[in-house]
Formats: sequence, C-alpha cells, structure tokens
Amino acid sequence: MTEILLKIDGLTKAYPGVVANDHVGFSVAPGEVHALLGENGAGKSTLVKMIYGLVKPDSGTMEFLGRPYTPAEPRAARAAGVAMVFQHFSLFEALNVAENVALGMENPPPMRDLAKRIREISQAYGLPLDPARLVGDLSAGERQRVEIVRCLLQDPKLLIMDEPTSVLTPQEVEILFRTLRKLSSEGTAILYISHKLEEIRTICDGATILRGGKVVGSCIPREKSARELAEMMVGGEFAATERVSRPFGAPMLEVKGLSLAPLSQFGPSLKDISLSIAAGEILGIGGVAGNGQEELLATLSGERPSAPGTVWMKGADISALGPNPRRALGLMSAPEERLGHAAVPNMSLTDNTLLTGTIRMPLVKNGFLNMAEAKAFAEDIIREFDVRTPGPWVAARALSGGNLQKFVIGREVLQKPEVLIVNQPTWGVDAAAAAAIRRALLRLAEKGAALIVISQDLDELMEIADRFCALNEGRISAPRPTEGLTIDEIGLMLGGAHGMEVPA
Amino acid sequence: MIRLVKRPMPSKFWSWTTPLVAVIATMIAGGLLFAILGKNPVEAIRVIFWDPLFGPNADYFRSQLLVKAAPLILIACGLAVGFRAGIWNIGAEGQYIIGAIFGASLALAVYPAESWFLFPAMVVLGAIGGLLWGLIPALLKVVFGTSEILVSLMLVYVAQNLLAYMAFGPLKNPEGYGFPGSRNLQGYPSAFNDELMAGTGVHWGVLAALGAVVAIYVLMQRHIAGFRIRVAGEAPRAARYAGVVPARLIVFCLCLSGALAGMAGLFEVSGPSGQITDSFNVGYGYTAIIVAFLGRLHPVGILLAGLLMALTYIGGDMAQLMLGLPSAAIQVFQGMLLFFLLGFDLLTNYRIRIGGARA
Amino acid sequence: MIIGGIDIITLISMLMVASTPVLLAATGELVAEKSGVLNLGVEGMMITGAVAGFATAVSTGSPVLGFVGGALAGAAMAMLFAILTQVFLSNQTATGLALTLFGLGLSALIGKPFEGVRPPATGKVPFGPLSDIPVLGRILFSHDWVVYLSLLLVAVTWAFLKFTRAGLILRAVGENHDAAHALGYRVIAVRCAALAFGGALAGLGGAYLSLIRVPQWTEGMTAGAGWIALAIVVFASWRPERALIGAYLFGGITALQLQLQAAGYAIPVHLLSMAPYVLTIVVLVLLSVVHRRGVQAAPAALGRSFHAAS
Repeated sequence: MTEILLKIDGLTKAYPGVVANDHVGFSVAPGEVHALLGENGAGKSTLVKMIYGLVKPDSGTMEFLGRPYTPAEPRAARAAGVAMVFQHFSLFEALNVAENVALGMENPPPMRDLAKRIREISQAYGLPLDPARLVGDLSAGERQRVEIVRCLLQDPKLLIMDEPTSVLTPQEVEILFRTLRKLSSEGTAILYISHKLEEIRTICDGATILRGGKVVGSCIPREKSARELAEMMVGGEFAATERVSRPFGAPMLEVKGLSLAPLSQFGPSLKDISLSIAAGEILGIGGVAGNGQEELLATLSGERPSAPGTVWMKGADISALGPNPRRALGLMSAPEERLGHAAVPNMSLTDNTLLTGTIRMPLVKNGFLNMAEAKAFAEDIIREFDVRTPGPWVAARALSGGNLQKFVIGREVLQKPEVLIVNQPTWGVDAAAAAAIRRALLRLAEKGAALIVISQDLDELMEIADRFCALNEGRISAPRPTEGLTIDEIGLMLGGAHGMEVPA
Repeated sequence: MIRLVKRPMPSKFWSWTTPLVAVIATMIAGGLLFAILGKNPVEAIRVIFWDPLFGPNADYFRSQLLVKAAPLILIACGLAVGFRAGIWNIGAEGQYIIGAIFGASLALAVYPAESWFLFPAMVVLGAIGGLLWGLIPALLKVVFGTSEILVSLMLVYVAQNLLAYMAFGPLKNPEGYGFPGSRNLQGYPSAFNDELMAGTGVHWGVLAALGAVVAIYVLMQRHIAGFRIRVAGEAPRAARYAGVVPARLIVFCLCLSGALAGMAGLFEVSGPSGQITDSFNVGYGYTAIIVAFLGRLHPVGILLAGLLMALTYIGGDMAQLMLGLPSAAIQVFQGMLLFFLLGFDLLTNYRIRIGGARA
Repeated sequence: MIIGGIDIITLISMLMVASTPVLLAATGELVAEKSGVLNLGVEGMMITGAVAGFATAVSTGSPVLGFVGGALAGAAMAMLFAILTQVFLSNQTATGLALTLFGLGLSALIGKPFEGVRPPATGKVPFGPLSDIPVLGRILFSHDWVVYLSLLLVAVTWAFLKFTRAGLILRAVGENHDAAHALGYRVIAVRCAALAFGGALAGLGGAYLSLIRVPQWTEGMTAGAGWIALAIVVFASWRPERALIGAYLFGGITALQLQLQAAGYAIPVHLLSMAPYVLTIVVLVLLSVVHRRGVQAAPAALGRSFHAAS
C-alpha cells in the first residue's frame, strides 16, 4: 500500500496583481524525496511557505498523516513534524551554532546538553559542526549544516529544502546527497525545491512541476531526460545560447597582487589576486557567494580604492580612481544586488539611468541634469532589452527581478563599455530573461569588449565564459579554458568541501 | 483586519497631502489638549492661527512672522540636505549659537568703529563659526566613525555653556552695570541687521532664507550633486556605485547645515535679539528639524512649513497673553505635529487594506 | 581623605547618586537596542518620567508611587514610539527626535504647577551598623533604595540577555528580524516589549532626577542626560555590565566638576559644566577607535524597520 504523509489539494494563494499558487495539489509519501520543480516566480516559495505556516492559503486543504493540517505559524508546523531549511538562511551571524539551533527548537535542552547533541547528530549524518563557533565565521556550506542539524534535532517527518545546493561546491553537494539518502532511508520525507534538473534526476523519487503558479505535470525524474524536464518547466522549446569563437585582442584589464582587508567582522577579504583579461574575452569567476565576489567587484569598479599598482587598464594604473573616472575610461560594472546597489528602489527608471550614465551619455550639462536625455536613454534601454514596464517613470522596486536585471545590464551595455564586470547577472531571474542577458553579454564580447562574469551558476559560466577560475575564501585559482573542464575539476578549484574536520 | 501592502511606487499624492492631514489632525488633537487645559479650543485655535494673520494688528504680526520664520527656514534648508543623505545633524542649535558668538565677537571687538563692510564680515564669520561647529561631528564621523547624532547633540550643550560663559565673561558689556549680556548691537549702526523696509520685518536674514530656498532647490532638484545626495539617503551602496565618496558627503552636509545655522544665529543676534545673553537661543535649531520634515525635506515645503511654525510661535505668544495658555502648550503642539506627520507618512509607501486574507 | 580640596569618599558616594539616572536610562535603552530598535527619544521619556514621577509623588505624598508613575509615563511614551515605528513603520531616527521634542514640551506643560514645590523625601536604606564601617560604609551603604535597584536591574538585565531563552530570542530579533520571523518569532511584539522596558527605565531615571538627585522640578532638567545614556550604550558595546562602568565614569565626572565648583577653583562655572558633554564625545571617539579594530558590537538589525512581506 502507498502511505501518504502530506497531501495537498486545491491550494490557492493570491497577492495583489498575481496569483502565486492556483489550485496546487500533490502528495508526498513517507521516505520519499519529492521535487518541486519550477522557474523563479513559478510559485515554489509561496507553496512551501504555506506548508511551513508562514503564509496562510486563501483556499484549499492540506492533510498531514491523514489529519487536516492548517499550521497557523511555523511553531505549529514544527510541532506537527515539518521542518524547513531556507534558501536565504534563517541564521544569526553574531550568535553561535548552539544558540542558532536552540532558536529553531520548541523546547531546547540546556545549552550544554544541546551542544553535545549537536555534535552527535552532526557526526552521525556526516555534517561535522562545532557548536561553540559563531555562525558569522562559517562558510555557506557549514551554515547550511547548521540549518539541517537544527531540523534534524526535531526528528522531522517532512524536511523542506529550498534550493539547497545553490551555495554549495560540487563536493559539498555530494555530502548533502548522502545525508538526504540516509534520512530518506530512515523514513523522513524530503520536499526538495530546485530548478537544477540534473540534481533532481539524481536524488528525487518523484517530482511536481510548477509553472505560473499552477501544477503543469508530475513525473518520476529518473525516467525523464533533463531536456524533457526543462521543457515541462519552461513550457516550450529550450533555446540554447549559440557560441562562436572570437579572436582575442590586447590585454584590457590587469589585476596584480590585489589584497583587501575585510570591511566588517564577518566580511570576506581578498588575498593576492592577479588576473588579466583581453579584449573580446569573457572570464568566468565561479565560487559560492560570500567568498569575496562583492569585494572583487567593488575594487574593480572603483567603489573601493585599492593599493597603488594593483589595478591596471590598458597599461595605466587606475587603482586610485573612483567609479566615475573609470567609467570615463570605459570600465563599467553591474553589481549583484539589484535593489539598493545597482538601482535605487524608490527612484524611477529615468532617475536610475543617472546613477552610471552621466559620464558616457549626455545626461548632464555643466553639472545640471538633462532629464529629457535621461528619459530618452531609459526608453532606449527598455526597448532594446525588452524591459517589461509601463514606462520609464516607474520606480525600480516595482519591476520584477528579471526585468530590473535586464534594465541594469542594458544600462551598462548600451554605454558601450570596453571592460564590463558583472556579478551574478542572472541570479533569481527567469529563464527567458537569463538567456537574453547572456546573449547580450556575448554580443558585447563579440564587439571586442573584455568581460568578467562572476557567478555561482557554474552551468552559466561553462556556457558563456572562455576561461574559468574560482574565487574561494578571497583567493583566486589559475584560470583555465572552459572547454574540456570537468565538474570534478571545477569542484576542486572551488575548494572542495569546507570544514569537514571539527575539533571533537 | 487591517493590513499594510507596500505600494509598488511611493505615492506623490500622499507625499504632499500628509503634511496637510497632519496639520489638521494636530489642530484637532491640539484643540483637545487646550480643552483639557480649560480653554475654549475653537477660540485658542483662532487666536493662534487666525488672529496673527487677519486679526487686529495683523500688520505687525505678519512682519514678526517673517522675523521668526527666517531662521527656521534657513536652518531647515541646510538640515534637509543632510537628512536627505541620511546624515543627521541634530545640533543646529549649537551651530546657531556659535555662529552668533563668532559674528558678534567681531562687532564687539571693533566697537565703535563704523564701516560698511563690518556687517558682511560678521555674516561670513557667523557662517564660519557654524561651519566649524558642524565640522567637528563630521570629522569625528569620517575619521573614527563616531555617531554624528550624538556628537552634534552633545555639542549643543557645550555651545550653550560657552554662550553663558561669554555672556558672563569675555563678551559682557563693560557699561552694563554688571548685568550679564553683551552690548546691544541694535545701537551699533554698522553691525545692526536692521529692517530693510520699515515695518515689514524684512531683514538680511529673511533675504538669506529666501536665497537658501532657491539655492537648495537648484542644488537638490536640478544638479547632479543633489541627485547623488538623494541617492545616498535612499540607497548608500548605490551612491558609492554612482561615485559618491561618503566621507566627502558627510563633511559637505554637516558643514553646509552648520554654516546656514551659524548665519541664522548671526542674523538673529545682530538684529531681532541684539545681544549675546545666556538665554539668547530659543530652540530654533530644534524646531527647524520639525520644519524640515514638515516641508518634506523640499525647499518649497520648508518655506511653507517655516511660516507655519513661525505662526505657532506668534500665535502661541498671543494665546499666552490673551487666554493664559502656557507657552509649553505650543511646544507640545509642535511635537504632536511631527508625530502625526511621521505616522501618516505611512500612506506614502503603503496602502491600507481593510479586510481579511481572503481579499 | 582629601586631595586638592576634594573629599574622595564624598566624591565616590556622590558619583553613585549622580550616575543612577543615566544608568537606569542606559540599561533600558540597551535592551531596546538589543532588540534592534534605536529609540532616540530617551531624553523625552526621561523628562516625562521626571515630571510624572514628581507630580505623582507630590500629589500622593509617596515617593514610591512617584517612581511607579515615572516608570509608567516613560513606558507610555515608549509605546507611542513603538506604535509609530513598529506599526506605522516611521523612520526611527526622526520619530526618536520627535519623541524628545514632544516630551520636553509635554513635561514643561505638566510641570508648570509644580515649580518650586519640594517633593516628599526618599529615605536612605537603613543598613544599621554596616553604614558605620569607615570608608566603605559611606560609599556603599548610605544610599536610597533606587541606587540599589538600579544595580540590581543591571545584573538582572545581564543575566536575562545571557542565560534566558527570552533573552536569546530578543537578541535574535535584533540581529536578523527576517530570520527570526521565518522561525516564527513575533518580531514586533518582542520589540514593543523591549521598548516598553526601555521607556520604563528611562522614566524611572527621570523620576530619580526630580525626586532625589535635585530634588525639585525645573523645566528641561534632564539637560541631555537621555542623550548621554544613548552614548553610554555605544560606549558599553551593548553590554549591561559595561554600561555600569560607563554610567559611573560619567557620574564621576559630573560629581567631580560639582566638587571642583564647590571647592572654589578659579575655573569658570560654565566651562566646568561642559565637562560631562565633552567627556562623552571623547569617550565615543575612543570607543569608535576600538570598534574599528574588528569586533562589531551593534545589533545587526539596529534601526531597520521590519515589515513582513508575506
């Protein structure tokens, strides 16, 4: 007989202007690893938030262990046996591991006992952790272990994992999968949310596919090819980016022995970074976010000055120049955080062109703003990059992630940079927009610009970069041509698995 | 059930309507307060808001309106630039005092020499005094990361004690029969900031305030520097990305607001007040904070808000005289105004939805 | 023991009394800031507590009721701040300033009839023979009960934050309100409670000023004590035990400058009166230098508004 652990039926949740979940239904058996597959914005997050009691459904029913299940808050969900590992970790950097674990439990034992149990459980599942360490000092992979151990201490019957591998190195993914298989063999069901097809084919027993808030299919992932899954997820033919080989020109940007002290207590530093990039070339820098990516972009863009002689463009030392003088030389950048860094949330798109466009575009005359030009430039970007918005007067925060990212990339690309540095260009962006952005980056390189693409998405880097290097704990590995690079080699470049040895 | 839903875009309509709503709400709450104090609320509101403008002797009061509004507007214009950038100078009161001491000291030092350039020199010195007093928190913030809020505020108390020291010591009027306080500059033609047209209340400070409104408008709304200041307040990281150097911004904002506050102090000490005394300052530096917020940190709004606040001062005095309303009631009134404004501000960024989750 | 015309024992004994108002206010604000809220209205809550405590004590004849009244008034002011910043999501800096300006006005209004009135006296705690111990007796066992209460509150706050689950939750909310919300904790409720506690302590500190330290009511009598309390929280790196040191350091300077005035040194009174404020700035600078070297002491979510997106 097939037991059912969690049964969901007709679940609907609407937000102003968008139906996040529209009569969603599926079920999970005990011990099953069940995938929720869908693009960004397909409604996966809303769905699991309802299962975890963070969001109340408008209508529909849930049953857990055959009983009606209506968690009013996460506490109730945890009491029922549902635990969740968040995509953006629900951790507290200034608190230690044991305190973080205690916060996720209903009735934690005294700290000393808890520390002992954390050691036991974490060893038993191959996820070593030191309970006394501050979470702020841990790597992304270790932080995820804290979350998982926190869940395991509650003996959950259902474990929800939201995009668990996005911050892990390939070796760490292996370890995670071993843990998940062990849990599954002990009868714990796992609801596994992801848009990574190969992973789902590897680990999941069943899958429900969401698109636009609706269930569009279910399958046994092992029986489908990645391409079939992708087509179910995207709902059409999957257009791969075409790749043509390009001639490389003279070196454009060189970094020599760049080191940078951390900005904050838990901030990463940069250690002796050297690299060089030629005209027409795309250098991909992989690695888990938080290993110095933001800092590298900030020093290259000019937001943080570096020691003299560390950053060179076309043979001139530009280490001391700020962002605007560098823009004048043709060096542009697009940081990872769209809202608050690459764009001002409360300002209109027109205003947002003024952030970077005042040097290479005629948006300013004698220091005074030329709003007509700015508006025209914003309209150009909207047109050329297919930014879906009612008009340039709309505030940046009103745009979806993908549209705003297209706007940001478009703003830089249309200014004809000679060197462009982008960080996570397609993070949290739907597949169509991501493909458009990648095509735009490739076109720019074809025209002879040098590009540095920093990304966590290794597939993306393999697709567009000519050379690949890894940024790990502030150090950069020697770049290697992407052609012929295997996933294991990349994993080792990324530093393998972090912190597997813990003092007992 | 009432829920808040974030607007996709800040509402322009509510941004300018909330100050009016806040003023009306404050009048209602203020009326209640006056009623509790045993005064007829309608009459109190009339005495405060209507009589100074349209009642008997309105001519005199209208001129007083400008006299009182000028320092508020001048200071608030400077503060607004900083507040926009997320730099909180709340020590304008201290910069105002130091400006007055600096400027007046020059006049008192050269007394009784007459020269046409004495007064301009005093204005410059007043601005420098305020600027230097504002530079202290700026430099401490830039070099050490010390909170400009706390330092600028502490410096008000230092300035106040310095003022008392000056009034009782170095600047004491040698012909003042031992009373504390300096010579009265109103009796010193070269240093006197007199009315430019008799009976209008317009002195140099009023013109400076209007000039500041125009200059700040141009800076903040039309110039790239003002744009970057606004970006710095909205999203500090985006400002760095746009090429703003935070340290320079901090120094600029605190020096600008300090200089304007210092000038306001100088115009006051050389004009309406006339002399350095230990009670020379009357809290304009604090009230200007309310003016800046009530005016939506926009120069034109500040102009209107400054006039409104000046009205409450004058009306408050009248209410004290005619109805025996305690002077502190006006202070409460001003505080309430700021509260209502901050509360209603919610409507600019959020929509209020009434009804349950099943909306 | 007299050095340079100043009796050291009297000085130390005075120091404890001079420190108590800011110690109370700083301890309360520390808890509020630990929960992630920056309430700049301490001055306003303190002076409201001062006048409410004074009025209550004079009308009832009971200093104890006066202190209760002061604490309640401070907490009421804090709730005003809480409603605006937590429910109406107003800017915390601006709202704190508004609270201070409002409190100064309100207290002046309430206090008018009480000017020149003497409050009922608060006696010293009878320690019997203990207070006759030379030196120590006068320093430690010659005070009113509020001095000891303030020390007890510091200890309780320390233990609460360090050892209790509620304290852990409070710190968690102050570190990362989104994560705390995701785990199912009620961010706004926790913050409101912390604010109310902070307000009550500020009010208590204010009442101590008007009922014991001065003791009478004068307009604007807190004279920046609330702001100094805010500075002490920074000085203390958000740790209660260090707030004690900070408050006593500040109290020491205040007591010393009063003693110097009394001892008839030829330093102008007004310049001496600057000392506590100048010292506060100097200490803030020194602490900033220390904080630059790594350790981030402030709660990570301090001053940020929380609005659950879902």
